[in-house]
Amino acid sequence: MEKAEMKAVNKPIRKKDAMQLLMGAPVYTDDIAPSDCLIVKLLRSPYPNAEIEEINTDIAAKVPGIEAIYTWKDVDQNGKRFTCAGQTYPEASPYDRLILDRHVRFVGDVAAIVAGENEKCVDKALSLIKVKYKKLDPILDFRLAKDAAVLVHPEDNWISMAPVGADNKRNLCAHDECSAGDIDGALAGSDIIIDRVYHTKAVQQAMMETFRTFCTIDTYGRLNVVSSTQIVFHCRRIIANALGIPKSMVRVIKPRIGGGFGAKQTSVSEIYPAFVTWKTKKPSKIIFSRYESMTASSPRHEMELHVRLGAMKDGRIRGIDLYTLSNTGAYGEHGPTTVGLSGHKSIPLYGTAEAFRFISDVVYTNHMSAGAYRGYGATQGLFAVESAVNELASELGMDPAAVREMNITHEGELMPAYYGQMNTSCALDRCLARVKEMSGWDEKYPARDMGNGKVRSVGLGLSMQGSGITSVDVGSAILKLNETGFYTLTIGAADMGTGCDTTLAQVAAEVLECSVDDIAVFGADTDISPYDSGSYASSTMYVTGKAVELCANELRDRIIRLGAELIGLGADECLFDGKRVYSAADESRSAELFEIAAASMCGSSDTLAVTKTHSSDISPPPFMAGVAELETDKETGETRVVNFYAVVDCGTPVNPNLARVQAEGGIMQGIGMALSENVTYRGGRVLESSFMQYKIPSRADIGRIHVEFESSYEKEGPFGAKSIGEVVINTPSPAIADALYNAAGKRFYELPITPEQIAEAFAEREKTGNIRSLKEKL
Amino acid sequence: MLSVANYKRAESLEEAWELNQKRTNKIIGGMLWLKMEDIRINTAIDLSGLGLDRIEETDDGFSIGCMTALRDMETHAGFNGYTCGAAREAVRHIVGVQFRNLATVGGSIYGRYGFSDVLTLFSVLDAHAELYKGGLVPIREFAGMRPDNDILVRITVKKDGSVFSYKSVRNTATDIPVLTCAGAYGGGKLTLAVGARPGRAVCFDYETDPGSPAAAERVSADVCEKIVTGSNLRAGAEYRKHLAGVLTKRVCAELAKEAGSK
Amino acid sequence: MNIEITVNGKKLRDEIDADMMLIDYLRSHGCLSVKRGCETSNCGLCTVFLDDKPVLSCSVLAARADGRSVTTLEGLRGEAEEFAGFIADQGAEQCGFCNPGFVMNAIALFREDPSPSEEKIKEYLAGNLCRCSGYEGQLRGIEEYLKWKKQK
Repeated sequence: MEKAEMKAVNKPIRKKDAMQLLMGAPVYTDDIAPSDCLIVKLLRSPYPNAEIEEINTDIAAKVPGIEAIYTWKDVDQNGKRFTCAGQTYPEASPYDRLILDRHVRFVGDVAAIVAGENEKCVDKALSLIKVKYKKLDPILDFRLAKDAAVLVHPEDNWISMAPVGADNKRNLCAHDECSAGDIDGALAGSDIIIDRVYHTKAVQQAMMETFRTFCTIDTYGRLNVVSSTQIVFHCRRIIANALGIPKSMVRVIKPRIGGGFGAKQTSVSEIYPAFVTWKTKKPSKIIFSRYESMTASSPRHEMELHVRLGAMKDGRIRGIDLYTLSNTGAYGEHGPTTVGLSGHKSIPLYGTAEAFRFISDVVYTNHMSAGAYRGYGATQGLFAVESAVNELASELGMDPAAVREMNITHEGELMPAYYGQMNTSCALDRCLARVKEMSGWDEKYPARDMGNGKVRSVGLGLSMQGSGITSVDVGSAILKLNETGFYTLTIGAADMGTGCDTTLAQVAAEVLECSVDDIAVFGADTDISPYDSGSYASSTMYVTGKAVELCANELRDRIIRLGAELIGLGADECLFDGKRVYSAADESRSAELFEIAAASMCGSSDTLAVTKTHSSDISPPPFMAGVAELETDKETGETRVVNFYAVVDCGTPVNPNLARVQAEGGIMQGIGMALSENVTYRGGRVLESSFMQYKIPSRADIGRIHVEFESSYEKEGPFGAKSIGEVVINTPSPAIADALYNAAGKRFYELPITPEQIAEAFAEREKTGNIRSLKEKL
Repeated sequence: MLSVANYKRAESLEEAWELNQKRTNKIIGGMLWLKMEDIRINTAIDLSGLGLDRIEETDDGFSIGCMTALRDMETHAGFNGYTCGAAREAVRHIVGVQFRNLATVGGSIYGRYGFSDVLTLFSVLDAHAELYKGGLVPIREFAGMRPDNDILVRITVKKDGSVFSYKSVRNTATDIPVLTCAGAYGGGKLTLAVGARPGRAVCFDYETDPGSPAAAERVSADVCEKIVTGSNLRAGAEYRKHLAGVLTKRVCAELAKEAGSK
Repeated sequence: MNIEITVNGKKLRDEIDADMMLIDYLRSHGCLSVKRGCETSNCGLCTVFLDDKPVLSCSVLAARADGRSVTTLEGLRGEAEEFAGFIADQGAEQCGFCNPGFVMNAIALFREDPSPSEEKIKEYLAGNLCRCSGYEGQLRGIEEYLKWKKQK
């Protein structure tokens, strides 16, 4: 099954756009926007929950250079609502938005759109708009939101399109319950139950390029939208819905994207310039400030996770009972779907468990709307479940790696909590064994006092994710043979730095036996690209990659057919080696690829172009084991990840370089979430509203990250590949939390864990005299 | 948002001073903080053409022009030799090299920022702020004065044979500090400054040899008892108090080591 | 007001607003490698050389560059390409948005110290944030480049 030797796949080649990007080529949205764009900015609500009583734009409109100012009066308040979530229709996220709503629901919600010739006049106009708000009681604590007297969405034109248990009259964006086996029995029969509540916050993707979009009207009077988005096709629907215009009138194009990580799986910025350009028929652009990107965007869903994990004295896990409460904020983007992953992508790690139960509520509050962030709920769930397993191990006096070895899922096993799917490819056991070896786990666990006031300690976490959304995600590819024999590959997936333009070309090159340089890649444009649900849910390599493989195979067959015809043979008598089609019996009878290409363009009725679409009825999980090694100052509580060791099973790494950097980058984001990226609300206002306050890690914050691969082979994926993008963000939080327990003797149930909390833990231990090291305890 | 109607690169201190008497005019330093403020400036007065962007060393001390970049303070061999590397240690965590190439010593001192590493360090040096009209003012006194329309021209530092040490705690490597601590020891006198409380650096003076562990304990306990700390996004008051004790002890230990090797 | 700035070796004369920032001036002159990533001088995306020193162009008034010389990545082709290839070989460019600032500051580092230690590299480049790479691939690329440079 596994190809003996691959020439393009599994090769660490450079990204096709690498040098252009490194040399600062002008390829991003703002670099290519027309210079005569109207500048669009938004007036945002200072209150978390309010109704606009009066809004006066008369004086503002008189500022020289102002083109237009729009308020709720320009939008039918009883019109059809929409969602900005980039999801397959009918979206699970409720239709709860209007472009401009008289009811503003979070600090930062949009009260007016201003368009003008330049920034200065727009800023001036913004300061001159007079708004009288009627302040309403806000719901700021998500634990109190369900069935509260105050409703975030009291309106009657709120719609939920999918059966996700949503009810706006209860502040519920979604509710779900599922289980397998007798969970109550399993817990009752357990020797020990770890019963804990975990809390993770609404951390930000913090991609370097903020949200941005420009719009123009084309030759045909259609709205052209160029945007930094992961989801061109969903964007087209969202914009058409928002403007109430036919989808045929909208075209969406994605240039290079300065990072997404899920943030741009929500249409955060597009609808505003789209509205302006559609109304004025003039080009317009919006560039979100970092402040806006931190306060009115699409961060991770804050979650509170109640885990009850039952096990026997020997470490055998019998059942996991999880209740997740998720905070979707003011709007429901990705609310109903993210929460599912908190259970379905954490519980199945433990194959021995005889039962599970997973109940979830997703509630509206008057915080900014959450969205999609790498890991998509699995990150939150895995912090909770993996932390519980670590606590179980220490309660039992066992090595947490040993507890995993005894309980983890294996290839060929059924995963009841993973939608009842089979585990079709899995090297988690090898990942675990290897990460122990490379980290020196047996020597380092749990902690060593370095004798200089510092402690070195280690902690472990496992992770899984999916590869696309089962039977929903669609990937497509168009491959064309061109003059002289080079190919063009057209996709609808979005390379946002991840390198899919290159890795998908590698798949095609493998099939067509050519160099990746012989394949020009184009993506993504809704008018030109074949349909693709977009780059999210870890779908691109597994779903679109498979479409590319199928597409290349068919093009290969067609090339052979035409080549055979040229040399007067049947296709079944011929072979193709990437450069020529030749007779299997007599190699001297051949047609060169350039001849075949030329023939296809002269008097030919045969197309040497193929379109293929693919969807998968399974979503094979990638797996990972991660070990954090921390050095912590016992007095100040300052801690530093001196080493992070990770072993990943993403099936075949199509480009080992890019897969490794995906892993390193994901790990770093996970470290940020665990140690420094805090989100604090005061009166509904986010305080970490800039890079000065919201601290993503710098390179001075990290020691070294060590990544290796232990690959399984996924038969349904292209050349055995699964996904890599998301699974890599999940292990740092539980691994770091446990390493800190091993250092300071205190369990942390909330992120981030700050030096202050760590210092307190050490001080507490000093005071109570409880300084028995875990080794002694064992 | 910051708006500036006119820009003037001053050709003399007198010209700068005269412009600066108007309330709507303002002297610009590195502009890193100013840039984030929501103010309208009529004339931005730039002192960068007056040769005040350097450190000059003499036998007796240093003259540090107000426009000296933090990066120059970080890399100046003479000043770091004199301060036992405390100058570098005080600024090397501040955001990044490009930031420190812009941020100025004068701006940091004049701003009297609570979180200022620079002010914490200069508080333990025998330093004076040289004002264009006001003349030499001891740095601690300057820090307590209300900002006025005079010009901070340079900082002068007298070499007094002391040894120095600097420590800080930050939540991340390049963040604003949670607490800063600078120390000087010479002629039997021990001076400690603790900043980012989050309020401005405060000083503690002792006549003690920091080399004795018992004395260091006493000093640390005294600082802990007296210091007033507060809470903000980065940390709480109690943790800061705790850190004040930890850092003073560490600074004392380092001072003793430096004094020993001198 | 009128200013004269030498941008990438070319003298430019302009009439500008006193509060125009250098980043906006440079972008308006086609130096589109210069990116803005924040408003608080934290990200390093906008790094350019002002008289050969790396600075944040988002925080410098264009007026302040009057009579001085500014270099952007557009003006450093050869030197930058030589180094950038090593980052490309790691796949560490990723989304690319932070790359110009990172490459500029890395060059500043190499000019100042041709064989920096790991710690020095991290400290010098700490003000260049990157959200994609986790910095490890960038570090590998720098190490490989320095090795190659040494052999050369």
